[in-house]
Amino acid sequence: MKPAAFKYVRADSIEEALSVLAKYGEDVRVMAGGQSLGALLNMRIVTPPIVLDINRIFVLSQIESGRTVMTGAMVRQADALSSGAIRRDVGLLAQALPHVGHYQTRNRGTLGGSVAHADPSAEIPLVLATLGGEIELRSVRHVRRVAAKQFFRSALVTGRGGDELITALHWPRTSSETETAFFEFAVRDGDFAIVAVACAFERRAGRMRLGFGGCGEVPQVVEVSAPSGINAKAVEEIARDLSKQLDYRSDLLASADYRRSLATVLARKAMVASIEKARAYA
Amino acid sequence: MLEVEAGARTTVKFTLNGKAVKAEAEARMQLADFLRHVFKQYGTHVGCEHGICGACTVLVDGRAVRSCLIFAAQIEGATVTTVEGLAEDNGELNDLQMAFRTHHALQCGFCTPGILASATQFLNEHADASEHDIRDMLSGHICRCTGYTGIIEAISATAQNRKSRGQKNTSPEKDND
Repeated sequence: MKPAAFKYVRADSIEEALSVLAKYGEDVRVMAGGQSLGALLNMRIVTPPIVLDINRIFVLSQIESGRTVMTGAMVRQADALSSGAIRRDVGLLAQALPHVGHYQTRNRGTLGGSVAHADPSAEIPLVLATLGGEIELRSVRHVRRVAAKQFFRSALVTGRGGDELITALHWPRTSSETETAFFEFAVRDGDFAIVAVACAFERRAGRMRLGFGGCGEVPQVVEVSAPSGINAKAVEEIARDLSKQLDYRSDLLASADYRRSLATVLARKAMVASIEKARAYA
Repeated sequence: MLEVEAGARTTVKFTLNGKAVKAEAEARMQLADFLRHVFKQYGTHVGCEHGICGACTVLVDGRAVRSCLIFAAQIEGATVTTVEGLAEDNGELNDLQMAFRTHHALQCGFCTPGILASATQFLNEHADASEHDIRDMLSGHICRCTGYTGIIEAISATAQNRKSRGQKNTSPEKDND
């Protein structure tokens, strides 16, 4: 299908984009890579009066590695995948990115766009929440940072104000004492994950953070004490306990029960994989 | 800042298959429709119109992207290559297209222009593509005739031929930063 008519505004700077958002607020849909928004427009699931194109705001395409790794909102998923800084400092994201869409959609799709869209099964919001990252939002009123945990409110609903623009994501650097793993199950590669699990294991502290995507409306992150070594029974018990604490939705793709079962299996796999990586240091 | 009112048109200048072109487009016009209906380049096929099937994939600045998920107004200044622009200058099929013929990589041909666009970028980036890599890239395309076997053989053979000819077709995976 073809989109309904909309006014097209192409901003050349962050300031221009913010002035459009300040003036028109909720009437605006911001287009980053457009790999979700384009489909929603074409199917007329959304019919915004104004589409604000931020593809020419080149300053939003930067990746900077400092105390955290900052990725501008317009960093394309393909560019993040080939970024040495991300591979080195945010390994979990590098592990998750090949699961995001397809080769062709990663060429265009962005990190910020995926976070703004907030699909419950999306990998990028899941990794950001698991690592305890932050979303940077700007408006003509202020600049603020929101923890991913607070940002994702419900399926496709975020804490972004109507006049705000996501300008960057801040990813905590993964310490050399942290091992990570990412697993998901989808009907086919590139499909939306039914369940995705991200794991960050801090070897010294013996703590594990496990993030679950696709289960409920938003990414759910749980922290547990790591089992000592790969004790199959202990890992299995933790995975079962964890998966009992989560919210699950049922839809055409899978029932809540099936999602719980997948969450248990994938949590076990993710824990085992990260413990095995840590063993190389033992 | 560019503003195009709903229903109004804007002039879009870009490079299409090596030629500088320009035409007017309404804000909501998809690149796929712009190429087909305005430039009469019917080689770009339109399947699902929501980014799933891959039939409309073209190269924008060397990258394979869905032309149904980009609006014409967004390609101002860009370089677009469609299947019409892949052949050699003398009009002969290029090596990838020849391989598709040799390996029976198409039957009805509806998905082929999109797959050729993806494979063109993919081969530039992956000189040593494994079958798994090729399959992964192809997961972004739907072909209902071939079962993909011929397509995988054609892409794999092209990679091998380019390598054995020592043709410089690789820009090694580069860091962005």
